[in-house]
Amino acid sequence: MSALGALLGAFTFRFADAAARGMPAVMQEAIRKVVGDGEVRPGRVKLDVPPLIDNGNAVPLAVSVESPMTTVDYVKSIHVFTEKNPQPNVISVYLGPRSGRAILTTRIRLADTQTITAIAEMSDGSYWSASVSVVVTLAACLEELN
Amino acid sequence: MLSVAAAAFAHGAEGLDTRRSGYEFMSAETRAMQDDDLLNPAMLWVLDGEALWRQKAGTNQSACADCHGDAAGSMKGVAARYPAWDDRARRPINLQQRINACRVSRQGAEPFADESREVLALLAYVGRQSRGMPIEIAVDARVEPFLKSGRELFFRRQGQLNLACTQCHDEYSGKKLAGIPIPQAHPTGYPIYRLEWQSVGSLQRRLRNCMNGIRAQPYAYGAPEFVDLELYLLWRARGMKVETPAVRP
Amino acid sequence: MSRAIVNVPSSARRGEVIEIKTMVAHVMETGFRRTQLGVVIPRNIITEFVCRYNGSEIFRATLYPAIAANPVFTFTTIATESGTLEFVWRGDNGYTATASATITVT
Repeated sequence: MSALGALLGAFTFRFADAAARGMPAVMQEAIRKVVGDGEVRPGRVKLDVPPLIDNGNAVPLAVSVESPMTTVDYVKSIHVFTEKNPQPNVISVYLGPRSGRAILTTRIRLADTQTITAIAEMSDGSYWSASVSVVVTLAACLEELN
Repeated sequence: MLSVAAAAFAHGAEGLDTRRSGYEFMSAETRAMQDDDLLNPAMLWVLDGEALWRQKAGTNQSACADCHGDAAGSMKGVAARYPAWDDRARRPINLQQRINACRVSRQGAEPFADESREVLALLAYVGRQSRGMPIEIAVDARVEPFLKSGRELFFRRQGQLNLACTQCHDEYSGKKLAGIPIPQAHPTGYPIYRLEWQSVGSLQRRLRNCMNGIRAQPYAYGAPEFVDLELYLLWRARGMKVETPAVRP
Repeated sequence: MSRAIVNVPSSARRGEVIEIKTMVAHVMETGFRRTQLGVVIPRNIITEFVCRYNGSEIFRATLYPAIAANPVFTFTTIATESGTLEFVWRGDNGYTATASATITVT
């Protein structure tokens, strides 16, 4: 990965610093609805999004969470949020000990160059997170919307 | 003559083919979308096309399969040679026009509307049967004038921006426009799933986007100018492999 | 047309973690787009996706407009027994789509 890629790549996110980081209020609120008063710690979550996107309409996103996924220690849910989309929530998935691994791959929409955050809820009630910044380019030749 | 001019474009100084598919200008992730049938949304249209192939329609209550049998056999190589001369139309026609001619004359059904889900599904299904095969456009004395017309359209400046296709797609291909590399405009994978449309669409739909881009009044769907231009573009891409159904940004 | 493609290994060893891939046809209209005349195009999205393995829920997702059109998901589950995996998508305007696949577990 180039130096620029590393700069734009994954960085750790402390929810406690959210306001200081300039995270939009709607995104903070959406995260609050999921974690309540819990502390969100950076780590254990790996969020893979290409740093430069061909088209913001279909952006591949892969999340994986370190967890043995046993009946006593597993990932309960994973939630993805964006910073600059009209709505902060992207997806919430609910897993369990039968999942085998805590992974999810999907495609999302990104309205603009921005930061994406994934938060995992563990069976012990703890929350872990990862964030990634991506650059979104727009198509040059469009069509009128009918 | 036309053939010499084409040779001059296609081959570099040492006779190397410098033509590159739009595939090569995409990110690795978008290429992966095209290569994996489980990730390529156009496969949803291919499945619809497969169902339509077997569906009886029209006053004759016949299905494509009734005449053409298994598409994997009968349609192999077909999409790779369109647009092609049609005796009834007395000019080259594209695959959509060929399908609609069958709809009307063989099935006794209404032709599919432009960009309808049904016609795109059939085009994706039939086109897929040629995937991996080289594009081959047969040019004889009958086809020559239409090919020449298509070539003239490709080189004609149009629109408020007064640009011709050749300026972006020959002279500036590989360079960036609004942050994105300009491809060479070889329509190897149509109908495509265009990420910008979030849907499958035809080559004519994409050409209309281009014409909007240069602020020109787009030709109507099915206009002879479009079919002539399609003929020229596919001939210009001859020998390149069919990628249908492709994914493009 | 609510066409869906699901990919489940046809067979697996008991205890093996298997990968499941799904794709479903849906426009996922966000509700944020407007026509040229400025009229909002109403939201029309899939809101929920559930996978059940012989009747037991093994994966569930709540979708928002930020999920791309023709949603795809890849996730895993442990192959516990032979049987059927059922996939259900639900969304706005009473939308429902289903698919299923069988697996032999030895």
